Amino acid sequence: MNITLSIIYLFTTIAFVIGLKMLGHPQTAKKGNLISGVGMGLAIVATIFLHDFEVPTINYILIGTALLVGTVIGYLIAIKVAMTKMPELVSLFNGFGGGSALLIGLIEFGNYSEDATQTSTIIAAIIIGSLTFTGSLIAWAKLNGSMKDIRLPKYNLINNLFVLGLIAFGAYIVMYDSTSLMLIYLLLAASLVYGILFVIPIGGADMPVVISLLNSLTGIAAAITGVLYGNMVMMVGGILVGSAGLILTFIMCKAMNRSLSNVIFGAFGGGDVAIAAVGKTGGTIKKTTASDSAIMLNYASKVVIVPGYGLAVAQAQHVIHELEELLTKKGVDVTYAIHPVAGRMPGHMNVLLAESNVSYDKLIEMDNINPQFPNTDVVLVVGANDVVNPAAHNDPSSPIYGMPILDVENAKHIIVNKRSMNAGYAGIENELFFNQKTSMLFGDAKSALTELVNELKNM
Amino acid sequence: MNELVEFVSNNLQLLYILILAIFIGVELIKNVPSVLHTPLMSGANALSGVVIVGALLVMLQAKPDDYLSLGLGFVAVVLGILNVVGGFVVTDRMLQMFKKKK
Repeated sequence: MNITLSIIYLFTTIAFVIGLKMLGHPQTAKKGNLISGVGMGLAIVATIFLHDFEVPTINYILIGTALLVGTVIGYLIAIKVAMTKMPELVSLFNGFGGGSALLIGLIEFGNYSEDATQTSTIIAAIIIGSLTFTGSLIAWAKLNGSMKDIRLPKYNLINNLFVLGLIAFGAYIVMYDSTSLMLIYLLLAASLVYGILFVIPIGGADMPVVISLLNSLTGIAAAITGVLYGNMVMMVGGILVGSAGLILTFIMCKAMNRSLSNVIFGAFGGGDVAIAAVGKTGGTIKKTTASDSAIMLNYASKVVIVPGYGLAVAQAQHVIHELEELLTKKGVDVTYAIHPVAGRMPGHMNVLLAESNVSYDKLIEMDNINPQFPNTDVVLVVGANDVVNPAAHNDPSSPIYGMPILDVENAKHIIVNKRSMNAGYAGIENELFFNQKTSMLFGDAKSALTELVNELKNM
Repeated sequence: MNELVEFVSNNLQLLYILILAIFIGVELIKNVPSVLHTPLMSGANALSGVVIVGALLVMLQAKPDDYLSLGLGFVAVVLGILNVVGGFVVTDRMLQMFKKKK
């Protein structure tokens, strides 16, 4: 292989690693994406020009046309689509990558028929490429709203048997009939169908997890094709995406308090079911960490803190003042929402916060702060429970029905700091904690806030 | 069994690379804050477009009269570059939101 080409591939691989690393931090993410992009561009240009084969001019013309067409279309789609449609777009592009891998496998089938290892890689590329292709397209269509969840009876059993069948079929081709075009088309068709069956029963709320999984698979398909050509950048790049994507899939599951098998074999995948689960008996809550909350606060422009009895118990009034000052210094508009009965006595919060020198004009009374919640980015609820319980508005059977509350559920995001999931003073469940917009930051108010402050200082 | 041993000894270097790459991927992604999950997924998706290198190799080596390979290869290149360009541009757009507004 051309030595310059090898060196460029090495640079690209390094760019991928550094780029991925930088994508993991808010400050460097944009640059990281750019670095991997430049690496990718280099690899593409180098592949076209630095090689040792005789290439007819017509091939160059076709390559140039294909690149131009794909670049223009890809760029236009990526630029035009609304930000809210991003996840499905990622899925669409991912499907294209899978499609590319399956076509490569298809073209190369038969070219290496005497070597079982090569044939296996080709078969694997076809199977994985096909299922990510159709799977991603289905995920795209479902997020688009143009397709609903469909659950065939016994779909788990069918899918599991299907995947075993695919592997057996692939193995059969490798071992007994590695030149039959008819069999390979059958395998192709079956893999395409499997992609559809795999994604179609999965609930809308779980789609991001599935997309991440499919993304990981596309990486593996790319790596497999790389093995076929002995191409380092494809191998390492593909495996990086494969393992990073898989870990990301697990992290995403964890953030939703679900297991991967729970998502795929769907105990309760669909959005409607999830909503139905919220109620007296609870539902899913979303746990968060100090670092996640710190980032959320750091990039907000308006933050409202809702203090409650928990703040007083933990004696966290000084820390919360420190947090407020820190955010203000970073240009965030921070105020406190004071519910008249927050704490155990009227004015409890005012006294407490005045003790730690919180400036008085930052304490906003309930009636004045409620209209402001819709344009608040993040509400930080510290040790308050009943005063933010929406049951007061919408559950006539609730003991606190009719109590005026702070309408924090109107804000864009809600972070709730509590020691545990125990009910509040009134002893009732709070559906706010199961709200989609709510993240729970468990822990003693003082230590949780101290962690938050430390995270913010490091940003 | 013999075949497996043979395969391993022939591809030892490859196996080293694969295993180390898996570890790097895992280490890079651990402890990423959840606000970055979607952009990260999108960025990784753009990287999986590296499969385009394979599509290019197919096109470069195809005989000018092998219309099937040329045709399928053409589509493979288009799909691959769509994945690359679209992936990077979308990620970039998502990351706009992390610009500190003053």
